[in-house]
Amino acid sequence: MTHMFKSGIFNFAPIPPGSVANMSRRFVLKGFVAAGTLVVGTSFLPGKGRADWATGAALMPGGTKNNPHLFIAIDPSGEVTIIANREEMGTGIKTSLPMVVADEMEADWSRVHVQQATGDNEKWGNQDTDGSRSVRHWVQPMRQCGAAMRMMLEQAAATRWGVELSSVKAENHRVVNLATGEIAGYGELAAAASALPMPPVEALQLKNPRDFRYIGTGSIQIVDLYDITVGKAVYGIDAKMPGMKFAVIARPPVVGGKLVSYDATETLKVPGVEQVVVVPGATWPLKFRPLGGVAVIARNTGSAIKGREQLKIVWDDGPNASYDSVAFRSQMEASAGQPGLVVRDDGDAEGALKSAARVISATYYIPHLAHASMEPPTATAHVTNGTCVAYVPAQYPGGCHDDLAAVLGIPASNVTVNLTLLGGAFGRKCNWDFALEAALLSKATGVPIKVVWTREDDLQHDSYHTVSVERIDAGVDTNGRVVAWRHRSVAPSLWSTFDGSQVHEHPIELGMGFVDNPFDIPNLRCENPACAAHVRIGWFRSVSNIPHAFAIQSFVAELAAATGRDPRDMLLELIGPDRVLDPTKFRGVTNFWNYGDPVSTYPIETGRLRRVTEIVAEQIGWGRTLPKGHGLGIAAHRSFLSYIATAVEVAVDDKGNITIPRVDTAVDCGFYINPERIRSQVEGAAVQGTALAKNSEITFKNGRAQQSNFDGYLLARINEVPLNVNVHIVPADWNVPSSGLGEPPLPPFAPALCNAVFAATGKRIRSLPIGNQLAT
Amino acid sequence: MVTLRVNGQDYTYDGDPSVPLLWVLRDELGLTGTKFGCGIGLCGACTVHLDGAALRSCLLEVGQVGGKEVVTIEGLSPDGNHPVQVAWRETSAPQCGYCHAGQIMQASALLASTPKPTQEQILAAMDGNICRCGCYQRINEAINLASAGV
Repeated sequence: MTHMFKSGIFNFAPIPPGSVANMSRRFVLKGFVAAGTLVVGTSFLPGKGRADWATGAALMPGGTKNNPHLFIAIDPSGEVTIIANREEMGTGIKTSLPMVVADEMEADWSRVHVQQATGDNEKWGNQDTDGSRSVRHWVQPMRQCGAAMRMMLEQAAATRWGVELSSVKAENHRVVNLATGEIAGYGELAAAASALPMPPVEALQLKNPRDFRYIGTGSIQIVDLYDITVGKAVYGIDAKMPGMKFAVIARPPVVGGKLVSYDATETLKVPGVEQVVVVPGATWPLKFRPLGGVAVIARNTGSAIKGREQLKIVWDDGPNASYDSVAFRSQMEASAGQPGLVVRDDGDAEGALKSAARVISATYYIPHLAHASMEPPTATAHVTNGTCVAYVPAQYPGGCHDDLAAVLGIPASNVTVNLTLLGGAFGRKCNWDFALEAALLSKATGVPIKVVWTREDDLQHDSYHTVSVERIDAGVDTNGRVVAWRHRSVAPSLWSTFDGSQVHEHPIELGMGFVDNPFDIPNLRCENPACAAHVRIGWFRSVSNIPHAFAIQSFVAELAAATGRDPRDMLLELIGPDRVLDPTKFRGVTNFWNYGDPVSTYPIETGRLRRVTEIVAEQIGWGRTLPKGHGLGIAAHRSFLSYIATAVEVAVDDKGNITIPRVDTAVDCGFYINPERIRSQVEGAAVQGTALAKNSEITFKNGRAQQSNFDGYLLARINEVPLNVNVHIVPADWNVPSSGLGEPPLPPFAPALCNAVFAATGKRIRSLPIGNQLAT
Repeated sequence: MVTLRVNGQDYTYDGDPSVPLLWVLRDELGLTGTKFGCGIGLCGACTVHLDGAALRSCLLEVGQVGGKEVVTIEGLSPDGNHPVQVAWRETSAPQCGYCHAGQIMQASALLASTPKPTQEQILAAMDGNICRCGCYQRINEAINLASAGV
């Protein structure tokens, strides 16, 4: 076989329970019943009288699975292996879901090994690790999986001792005979347990949450922690295949452009360069297909880069050659000044604006952003004899798997996608163009190929975060109450990646904090003027929530300032009395998305938004006397079905330099698994939030991204980020459905920061990044 | 032919001596713990020690290494228990973890030269290392912990 790694470092060959791997040592649990896809939304757990919550998980490719025969293997010595079916990009999910299984099955975590699944939705259930969905779609099936395993072990012990099931109890990796005190370890019972079918879901007894050993405790560290600290963790860029060659690709400088001709004479003279190969590009819209270009293949990546520098290429820049982000901004601002497609229309906003005592307006600009994961796009593939084996840091391994088969023209069953750790992703690695590049190059050359995108490639050919102009007009009455709200959002849609005619925000984007605005305003209208994309638009952590939340939460503080109110009080007044809202009932809203999950489970609960707002205000000491140059800002936003508020203390010096002495963020994400990783996600969002608020922007001229590395595209460094980030998690029991956490902490950060800047300086930031706008 | 001494072992490389050390470590020697981040010395992901000094391996031509001792993350400690590595685990510093080899190499060089750095010295030493996940709070905590002796 072609995939082989240095022994002891990493074994990529999957060890799927039920396969031939390590049969001699590992006791395999093999399904006696078909591995059932549980449609969670229709199930009911009678064990403790608790109902499951319905989710949209069954609508995802592959749905969910809960069969222990699929996910768990127990060695005769008692060592337990649990499959992680989602991908690890830094959220901790590779640890958290197996931890749920372990807790429910009463396994001792110190004897649990976590194995990454291959990319195969049909086998492992849906693996699209995006949309902050992993916990909310998988905590129920994983609890069921663990509970089933525990009950099978108990049944095996009861049979062995000839007693009733009620006379035995599984406890920390062993089963106890309650009458006699006899004990059987999990290893001893594995053979008999494995011969049992999975009990029906209706019969499963979930643990009482007070008996959890790991869930909710934050005591379990990520499984790759040691390997990360010693350099042995294997990311996509680290995959090794015997005979592998290294490729970098010169891609069209304008997206959608085409190769006209090239001269590789000088390139082929560069030591270490072995071949130059054309990569076919797709036509616009590109979907997740390669951009095309000219690949330089060499003995190492450094030689390939040197060879690429010597290529002489003539490009046809194509239809996006005139894209200019300054001119485009003007067009978007003009559009925001005109009526657009009405996507929500409660009451009579136009009439109320006309009759209001006062109209307050503001327009906001949020630029394109690049994901800039520290591991750039990269993949390794070997295509030979009609098969493909690939190593991919993929967020959508199932789609990547199927598209590899499609571009190679081979059956999907001949494609293996092995999943590595992802060195950051933030939505970039939802797009698998880089994996197709590696496969096409391997097919062309006959050898395994590793494609690495340099940082310049990454920043200049990203699937960028959209660019957005947001205009809000509000009417206030003589008492200062907001009686009308009209919000126009103008932004290229990420759906343009799939459909070139898409000029309006997709319902998925409209549903990200725009048409689902929860404010208690009788006349509320949302419009979406048309806007065409001229670059690839992709998912960027929290997606359209970034511009929508920035505009809305900045504007709340602007309204407060204009009407002489306290910004926290204004925010709480607009959130209004505690209500449960169904956005599908908002007038004019169609195809409401709700993050793919049912409104019946996840309505908008304004009381939860109010509560997190109050928590952060209290924690940061809202209203306290501050040193000169300091200010407090606050913002709250529901996204991915979770409720997050952030309060920021900022200090601005005489020259306009910003420091951030303190951040408080309150999180209400329902039932949660690992509060320690919640904390790390929130800390990280404060850093990414600082970057996008202060520093980061991709601009275009003549269709070309003008930033090429970290000197032009500025992220946030340790000397400018908030180091004092306080995270407050709203406790939630099993009755509060789990919601998202990876993305939601990001949207409120930038408006909270800019509101704090206003409080400190009186300067309102309406255009990101802040850059030098505060310089004096 | 370039000869290299990396983590106490001798290697030879028969390719272009002007290729950056980073790519020879990763692609020729298989020492993939050292990571590529930017290629021009702006992010610190590729940090290694050269005769004890933290240095960006993407900027150093392999032919310039000469007889100097290269230490990568794989060779920082025989048992993986350098105080910085231990502190990194104590604080659960990583999220995705990709940049952390470079962060750890930078931090360990700081503590070798300045065992009890001030907060300002920590920030100054670490501001060349980018973490996109945003683990800076934990990185700062880990370095403080390591300098206090764990």
